[in-house]
Amino acid sequence: MSAEQTAGNGADGAGIVVSDTTGDRWETVVGLEVHAELATATKLFSSAPNAFGDEPNTNIDPTSLGLPGSLPVLNRRAVELAMAVGLALNCDVRPCVFARKNYFYPDMPKNYQISQFDQPLNVDGYLELPDGRRIGIERAHVEEDTGKNSHVGGDGRIHGAEHSLIDYNRAGVPLIEIVGRPDLRSADDARAYVSELRAVLVAIGASDGKMEEGSLRIDANVSVRPVGSDELGLRCEIKNVNSLRSLGRAIEYEARRQVDVIEGGERVRQETRHWDEEAGRTRPGRSKEEAEDYRYFPEPDLVPLVPDPDWIAKVAEGLPPLPAERRRRLAEAAGVLPAQVALHVERDLDHLALAAIERGGDPARVVNHVEHNLAVDGAEALDPGYFAALVTMEVSGELTATQAKAVLAEMVTSGRAPAEIAAERGYEAMDTAALDVALDEVIAEHPDDWAAYVAADDPKKAKKLAGFFVGKVMKATAGQADGKAVNQALAARRAASGG
Amino acid sequence: MASPLTRDDVAHVARLARLHCTDEELDRFTAQLGAVLDHAEDVASLDIDDVEPMVHPYPLVNVLRDDEPGVTSDRDEVLAAAPLSEDRQFRVPAILGEEA
Repeated sequence: MSAEQTAGNGADGAGIVVSDTTGDRWETVVGLEVHAELATATKLFSSAPNAFGDEPNTNIDPTSLGLPGSLPVLNRRAVELAMAVGLALNCDVRPCVFARKNYFYPDMPKNYQISQFDQPLNVDGYLELPDGRRIGIERAHVEEDTGKNSHVGGDGRIHGAEHSLIDYNRAGVPLIEIVGRPDLRSADDARAYVSELRAVLVAIGASDGKMEEGSLRIDANVSVRPVGSDELGLRCEIKNVNSLRSLGRAIEYEARRQVDVIEGGERVRQETRHWDEEAGRTRPGRSKEEAEDYRYFPEPDLVPLVPDPDWIAKVAEGLPPLPAERRRRLAEAAGVLPAQVALHVERDLDHLALAAIERGGDPARVVNHVEHNLAVDGAEALDPGYFAALVTMEVSGELTATQAKAVLAEMVTSGRAPAEIAAERGYEAMDTAALDVALDEVIAEHPDDWAAYVAADDPKKAKKLAGFFVGKVMKATAGQADGKAVNQALAARRAASGG
Repeated sequence: MASPLTRDDVAHVARLARLHCTDEELDRFTAQLGAVLDHAEDVASLDIDDVEPMVHPYPLVNVLRDDEPGVTSDRDEVLAAAPLSEDRQFRVPAILGEEA
């Protein structure tokens, strides 16, 4: 597709087909705004319940409906969760002021949203990714969620809708909006950032982090610039990405589109675009954000919020160890890099791994088993002492790798000790004599292959044939032989045969 | 001195508020709102360099409530007070696209 054909940046965006890649001359720059619903029992400014999936318009009260005479009263729990988010993101937690963001749209019945503007609660933090990079957080402020609009008629999309139905259950639910700096450079970066942010939010109990239920929502600011440039290009804000997968696809699409626009000799227009998951593309959106004229002013119905040092310290004390810290701890104990134990922490199995290492389990094998063999229900209940014992049996050669894996699986389901399970299954380390017998038989059955192996000059060919013989021996011993021991025995026999 | 309020400003604000104003109304509101802003200009002329910005007249901070569910409104009663309702929800005209 040529740039001329794709450069059209028309109002409806129809007919745009973008290139497959952004090429190697362009760099993608992404900054994410993440809205997370705070896990409170009630709304930000009233005692109506904060619950997902209830009957429409049941979790409402005069404040959620913006009825005349209703007044907001701030939810202490929401504030403390928001402070916890700020602290977990290494922000400065500061005195702050609520502000009215004025816009006329039926999802906010009082015609303004109470948010924070020039004096947000949390500023200047960062999120540490598993690979150690720190992604800047500009601010994390508190605001109320809006009601839910369903457009009826037309083709079901906003355009052409005849009317809308509104459920105000969500109106007033506490949100924290986390504004990240444009420090991300790819779709993968963006996904890693959101995964890590979600893990932090869930770890501190601030949010359930469910993207599918809308408790975590992402807007992506995407721009492109020539590789080597320090300046930021004109950006588009991508809305309506409802999963990590959509986020990645949307960023990749949008970056390619922008490169096509620029290479076609046009300029990227700064605008809001909507991701269309089915069509796999973004399109310009007409939306309430179009106005961008919110006329913020301090909310006269609320007094300032001033978190004093004691209060902040109390919230900080209540924070559990965060994923980055947990990765560091396990990585240190296991002698690996933090990025290598990201999965362990993500699956909440780092405590198990640490405990097994503390009880004398070989760190490398413990880490390896958790990563590859414990992605199963019930793994978290595994007895760390038994786990360490299993690993020790494996290291000593009492169990082969295959046997250890089978015993481990049964330990998870039965909760029994590894020695007991191994004995019951008749797992015993095969002694050298038995291994020699098995090897003799296999060699006798395949004399030509053996001759070829002994004579092989090409290391590749020798390796391939060695693999053949090890496989045969493993099969002949029903997996009871230790692969490593078979390899050694095989190599020794070959050397003895003059190979 | 802020620049004086123009008829376009009033039309813009009216559009943001989704109010339909006739030409005659725009003229009238420009004059009326202009007079209000002129009055505020008197305040703007004061020297306030040494005055701390005040976000609230009460010397209070941290007014909070506990996170405990309270009484909710009756849906039927509330929907009955709305101009239109449908399928347990409030029904409103399509908003986006109406200015297309």
